Amino acid sequence: MLERIYKAQSLMNAAYETLERQINIMEVCGTHTVSIFRNGIRSTLPKGIKLLSGPGCPVCVTDQGYIDTVLTLAERDDCLIATYGDMIRVPGNMGSLETKQSSDNVTVVLSSEDALQLAKDNPDKTIVFVAVGFETTSPATAVAVKEAATEGIDNFCILSGHKLVVPAMRALLSGKNDKIDAFLCPGHVSVIIGFGAFSEIVEGFGRPCVVAGFEPLQIIEGLGEICRQLAKGVAELKSIYTAVVTEQGNTTAQKIIDECFDVADGYWRGLGKIEKSTLKLKDKYSHFDALKRFNITETPGEEKKGCRCGEVLCGLIEPPQCKLFAESCRPESAIGPCMVSSEGACAAWFKYDREKKQN
Amino acid sequence: MKTKSDKILLAHGGGGQLSDELIRHHIVPRFKNDALSELADSAKLKLSSESVCFTTDSYVVKPLFFNGGDIGKLSVCGTINDLAVAGSKPVALALGLIIEEGFEFELLDTILTSISKAARENKVAIVTGDIKTVEAGAADKIFINTAGIGERISGVDLGFEKIAVGDKIIINGTIGDHGMTIISQREGIKFQSKLKSDCAGVGGLSYQLLTKTKDVKFMRDPTRGGLAATLNEISRGSGLSIEIRQADIPINPTVQTAADMLGFDVLNIANEGKFVAVVSPESADKCLNICRGHQLGKKASIIGEVVERSDIPAVEIETLIGGKRIVQMPYGRELPRIC
Repeated sequence: MLERIYKAQSLMNAAYETLERQINIMEVCGTHTVSIFRNGIRSTLPKGIKLLSGPGCPVCVTDQGYIDTVLTLAERDDCLIATYGDMIRVPGNMGSLETKQSSDNVTVVLSSEDALQLAKDNPDKTIVFVAVGFETTSPATAVAVKEAATEGIDNFCILSGHKLVVPAMRALLSGKNDKIDAFLCPGHVSVIIGFGAFSEIVEGFGRPCVVAGFEPLQIIEGLGEICRQLAKGVAELKSIYTAVVTEQGNTTAQKIIDECFDVADGYWRGLGKIEKSTLKLKDKYSHFDALKRFNITETPGEEKKGCRCGEVLCGLIEPPQCKLFAESCRPESAIGPCMVSSEGACAAWFKYDREKKQN
Repeated sequence: MKTKSDKILLAHGGGGQLSDELIRHHIVPRFKNDALSELADSAKLKLSSESVCFTTDSYVVKPLFFNGGDIGKLSVCGTINDLAVAGSKPVALALGLIIEEGFEFELLDTILTSISKAARENKVAIVTGDIKTVEAGAADKIFINTAGIGERISGVDLGFEKIAVGDKIIINGTIGDHGMTIISQREGIKFQSKLKSDCAGVGGLSYQLLTKTKDVKFMRDPTRGGLAATLNEISRGSGLSIEIRQADIPINPTVQTAADMLGFDVLNIANEGKFVAVVSPESADKCLNICRGHQLGKKASIIGEVVERSDIPAVEIETLIGGKRIVQMPYGRELPRIC
């Protein structure tokens, strides 16, 4: 293993010597961020290689307006909110789902199937599934919606906050942060969408895109491959997560997404409104769309005062540059979502990389 | 004529005939010993040591039954372990049961049998106890409290102040087994697994360790908060920084996989049959050998050492790839990740 690490490090060194400047590589996925911190990878990187944590944590990129909509629905006696655990502590303007959990109308689920089961078990309530996540979770949501339609489970609906990864990368390079030299692309999402999906970033923006798994060696070798390309002055599309990622991805899952969802413009925390970046239920499933059922209009929400999660998500600042970090914003009293989610950049910095004096 | 119900009634805690039947038919025969048989208001104990350790813990685990144990075994082992790592030989336990009305007698009997078995195996006596029943909904099936007394082992005096730079950190086996077993069996997480709780009383092993060597400085059982919490407590309590090596921490591969799937850090996951021992560098190998010679220490390992005195003591880990990071005090329950 050490030999492979040394080889990757020498590629990184060579790139820094060739470019004679700092190299900024964004890891898009929150799971990569956590693995990088948990394995102490930053401490092993040669001089001049900087990792930026990107907009790949589903909870973090969810717009404040969406959070507030969920909290509004949680106020209703006729609703039962079914949510993934990561979402429950995200604060909105009216507390968080965790503070509302005591009122018995918020339930943590581990899958969309669990949410559907809740609907079957609670026929007198409308179950609102807080459907967030990238292409990794949207197929499961689609399956639940189709099942609800087939079985006629009318008291089930979803509030779609599903997002697409590639449009966010495009938006970053189109204005928010053009200092990104290359992307370490998400392993899980690529299983679904296929590594071919990143070709528009490679071809359109000339940035290397390398898909890697989550083991530390995969990440280091992914960074090595990126640096090899940068030193050579080329941008290529490559997957080193060959065990599970193909160029085409999981076409069955893609088909299910296409059957249920339309691609639409949508709001992201930090990135604002991005064209063709979110998934909305198709008209034929509008009965299961919480927005339509409860006649809600989507509006972008305002971020909490002083919270710089938006800039963190774009790789513009590192968490310690936010004045709230580790002061008023801590995991037990999080102000921004990047501190709430276990995959958030702020939580990872707080947990694994705070300087000792901040202990 | 038998008037037995197959479920616990409120009257079973009422102090009358049903209470008496419950105690005489279900409790006393299982825990038979002189102190208990008197059924007095307090147990009278004869101890061989002038100095004792005394502790209490309450058990509310859900599910009640899990692979490797149940709430009964846990309530005995957990309290024994607290006594053991304080440098004592556990001798007697008090058993308090709070039972929800409607709880099945069959399950209660299973739990009581398990308590009795764990007590016998760990050579402690259940010498006194109490039963309360509460209305349906006022408790979740059954809660157990045990309090325990241990005779302090002569010549053994453990404490943070004994710990010095250079001391080695030993753990008696794999970490995270109990916590991941419970999480996996909880409603909702249904993946197939070969996970098994490490629930066990470490009193026998710790007694050997403390009597065969004189260089154990401190011991603690890494339960809630896992190894990360215990090492941080040791670091803060002693004012000394600790470095551990990931490569030397024994972890069952199934536990690691389950933790990875759910986004948990195994260092933060609870154990119920483990201790961390801080020992002098000279005696580290001997301590390790004692552990490895015992059923509960076969996979014991020296996982790191105490490195420096510091105003801001911290725990650091060297990762498998040679990187370094801080091991924080866990900050509460971890939530499963969503993708």
